[in-house]
Amino acid sequence: MIQIEYILVLSAIMMFAGVFGFMTRKSTLAILLSIELMLNAANINFAVFNRMLYPQGHEGYFFAIFTIAIAAAESAIAIAIMINIYRQLKNIDVDELTKMKW
Amino acid sequence: MESQNIMFVVLAVIVALGSLMTVMSKSIVRAATYLLVVLLGTAGLYFLMGYTFLGSVQTMVYAGGVIVLYVFAILLTRGQTDKAGKTNGAVTSWGLLLALAGVVGTLAVVCTATWHVVAEIGKPSETTNSITMDTVGHNMISTEHLGYVLPFEAVSVLLLACIVAGIVIARKR
Amino acid sequence: MEHTLLILLLPFLSFLFLGLMDSKLSHRVSGLIGTTVLGVVAALSYYTAWQYFTADRLADGTFATLVPYNATWLPLGALHFDMGIMLDPISVMMLIVISTVSLMVHIYSFGYMHGERGFQRYYAFLSLFTMSMLGLVVATNIFQMYLFWELVGVSSYLLIGFYYTMPAAIAASKKAFIVTRFADMFFLVGILIFGYYTSSFSFDFAHPVYADGVTPFASVDTAKAVAAGGFILPTALVLMFIGGAGKSAMFPLHIWLPDAMEGPTPVSALIHAATMVVAGVYQIARMFPMWIAYAPEQMSIVVWIGVFTAFYAAAVACAQSDIKRVLAFSTISQIAFMMVALGVCMPGHEALIDNHASLGYMASMFHLFTHAMFKACLFLGAGCIIHAVHSNEMSTMGGLRKYMPITHITFLISCLAIAGIPPFSGFFSKDEILTACMHYSPICGWIMTGVAAMTAFYMFRLYYGIFWGTENKALHAAHTPHEAPWTMTLPLIILSLITITCGWAVNFGSFVSASGADYQIHLDPSIATTSVVIAVAAILVATWMYARESQPVAVDLKEKFPRLHRWAYKRFYMDEVYQYITHRIIFAHISTPIAWFDRHVIDGFFDFLAWGTHKLSEKIRGLQSGNVQWYAFVFLLGTILLYIIMVL
Repeated sequence: MIQIEYILVLSAIMMFAGVFGFMTRKSTLAILLSIELMLNAANINFAVFNRMLYPQGHEGYFFAIFTIAIAAAESAIAIAIMINIYRQLKNIDVDELTKMKW
Repeated sequence: MESQNIMFVVLAVIVALGSLMTVMSKSIVRAATYLLVVLLGTAGLYFLMGYTFLGSVQTMVYAGGVIVLYVFAILLTRGQTDKAGKTNGAVTSWGLLLALAGVVGTLAVVCTATWHVVAEIGKPSETTNSITMDTVGHNMISTEHLGYVLPFEAVSVLLLACIVAGIVIARKR
Repeated sequence: MEHTLLILLLPFLSFLFLGLMDSKLSHRVSGLIGTTVLGVVAALSYYTAWQYFTADRLADGTFATLVPYNATWLPLGALHFDMGIMLDPISVMMLIVISTVSLMVHIYSFGYMHGERGFQRYYAFLSLFTMSMLGLVVATNIFQMYLFWELVGVSSYLLIGFYYTMPAAIAASKKAFIVTRFADMFFLVGILIFGYYTSSFSFDFAHPVYADGVTPFASVDTAKAVAAGGFILPTALVLMFIGGAGKSAMFPLHIWLPDAMEGPTPVSALIHAATMVVAGVYQIARMFPMWIAYAPEQMSIVVWIGVFTAFYAAAVACAQSDIKRVLAFSTISQIAFMMVALGVCMPGHEALIDNHASLGYMASMFHLFTHAMFKACLFLGAGCIIHAVHSNEMSTMGGLRKYMPITHITFLISCLAIAGIPPFSGFFSKDEILTACMHYSPICGWIMTGVAAMTAFYMFRLYYGIFWGTENKALHAAHTPHEAPWTMTLPLIILSLITITCGWAVNFGSFVSASGADYQIHLDPSIATTSVVIAVAAILVATWMYARESQPVAVDLKEKFPRLHRWAYKRFYMDEVYQYITHRIIFAHISTPIAWFDRHVIDGFFDFLAWGTHKLSEKIRGLQSGNVQWYAFVFLLGTILLYIIMVL
């Protein structure tokens, strides 16, 4: 029997793995990967809530689809920005990218 | 029944370990590869839940599209090092501490909350609303109850904007 | 009477056209446009007057008050501000005065302003002034009067400051504007009090001043004002009088008028002698029925301020050396005569129409009319002289009669008129005023007779100083004075013809009188004789003192009473008193602390806010490190803290 808690715990682990990655990695691309992890964790939650708690509806399902679409768009833009930054600075380390502060 | 449970355990282990490896591997190409594993595992979870269309989307868009994009980006931007690179120890330990705190907090909520589970995974149930591609297609462009034409259009515009923006930002001047 | 609208509209359009085209038009074209329009306006005014005064009188012998136009402009509940045209004897009389003098000035300015920079602007402002002044006199209600009152103030300001490159002209225009604005503040308060308590701004009450004991004020609801206390309406009227005193240069608000002579001389003739400065008199005449009915005691304020001003201005005029200043003080003095004449008119207290008690109203308006003509003539004559010698100072003149015969003759006629010598117009009107004053109170009458003598004296001092006396040969050899061109002498001739005839050829009392009924002017033999004798004596004294080449008596007097002469020359230090009050008292003790408070406390507070914000931002801007991971860390920390708080 697959309990809902199992899946939620799984997504929590994925989520906080992403958080951890976000806070500790230096490469901007690695940070983006961590973001993908977090989005994915949220998606799992949407799907499982839809599937197990409200099987008559499909809001969670659609939300997951939209999230995937937006995540794809976001990563495309983010990567474009990264490539551009790399062209300018020859570096994409996050602690170097402080030119836009203040 | 049992096979599904086994399947779930396998997938869960893959996903959990994959997530951790993604954020801990030193090489960024490897991290991307682990992420691919995680995403595929998640697709597997969707299949397990019976959400076959969602699983297919996950596989195609994420695993097929986004990850390829990342790999390209990594290869394009690899400079002196392809290391994912870690910050200093203090930051790592603080991050670990916070992440653990977050996990513990979430786990506390998950375990203490009461879940009114209606449809078990693996048990066929009359109440389960099977979501087929047909339903997805209809609801996506429907304006009625559970119709998502407005978000659909919004996402379409967003994607268009992203295409344009991606070209504008990344093109060589 | 529908054409009366054109009287207002034409000068306004002319102003807009000339003002907007400005230097795109040549001098000649803009002057011709302005003058032609004014000619049409004058013709329309004469036609209106002819139509109005030849119409049949009403049963009680008065002329009907006509209101060809009246539109509600701003309705405010029960109160409403109207704009319209009202024709009654005094407004029609004023139409004639204004359009005549304005037309003369327009023609005259062709010569006087020839080649000046800003000639077009000058004509545009003249049109604006004429429109405003005409609008003022035909106002159907006191609020419209106030609007046009301010407009004439503005045009006066613009014209005084016409030579805006001269600091003195700018200072004079500011002074005129501020002093009259200060007075107008009281006028406005008076209007508001009046409007609040009577629920009306209308001049409906204005006709007839009194009629056989029947109260003519039915259309103004004064019940509320009377119920609120007997002091309400007198207060409102006295406040309005202060406004009028400012415009008409009554003591102590007269200080702007002598300085206003910095403007072009034709402007002084039009605005600061003939028309605008009598607006105060006109305003009292307009509100006269209210004064009679509700504030008869307060009339004495008008009388005694007028008497003092007349005397003061005459005394100052005796010692001035700038010919325009002399004329300015003589104007102040003569306007004070009109004020006094209005003040001494007490028709409500005597039942008989032909009694001298009700003479003052007619006398005042009559003097307004005649004074406008001869004073305009004097100013325009002075303009010719200044044009010839390029200076205002009497020392540069003397013996000019040989060079400028026409100016000399017209100036002499006007001087005789203002001195009160028959058969010139000033004699008749001044005689009526003196008769009225004598009836009011012998003291007042004798003072005014004395002032009339002073008038004759200083006018002939001026006359001899300009045309006789010591000729400034050195100056005249270098630059021989010459007669002015015909555009300048023609108005002089016309105005002096009016001055010669209008006293005896027309019975002014049949047009304007306190009751509105036909009033036959007759001379009081004793008073007429006295005033003529005194005037002649004063002229003789002036002749004795000033007509000769050397002036031993005048110099002797000046040396005997140096202090008196200096005080009179300095206008009894009124300007210095104002200077002291405004600078030493108001500016130093009120404005400076307020300014200090504003600069240090108010500004300081806001400076402190800006400074504090800036300093605080300096301190905390380090938090915006630009390090995304640090942001994420803080965000997560915050989330967890929130979670803990909510769980606990």
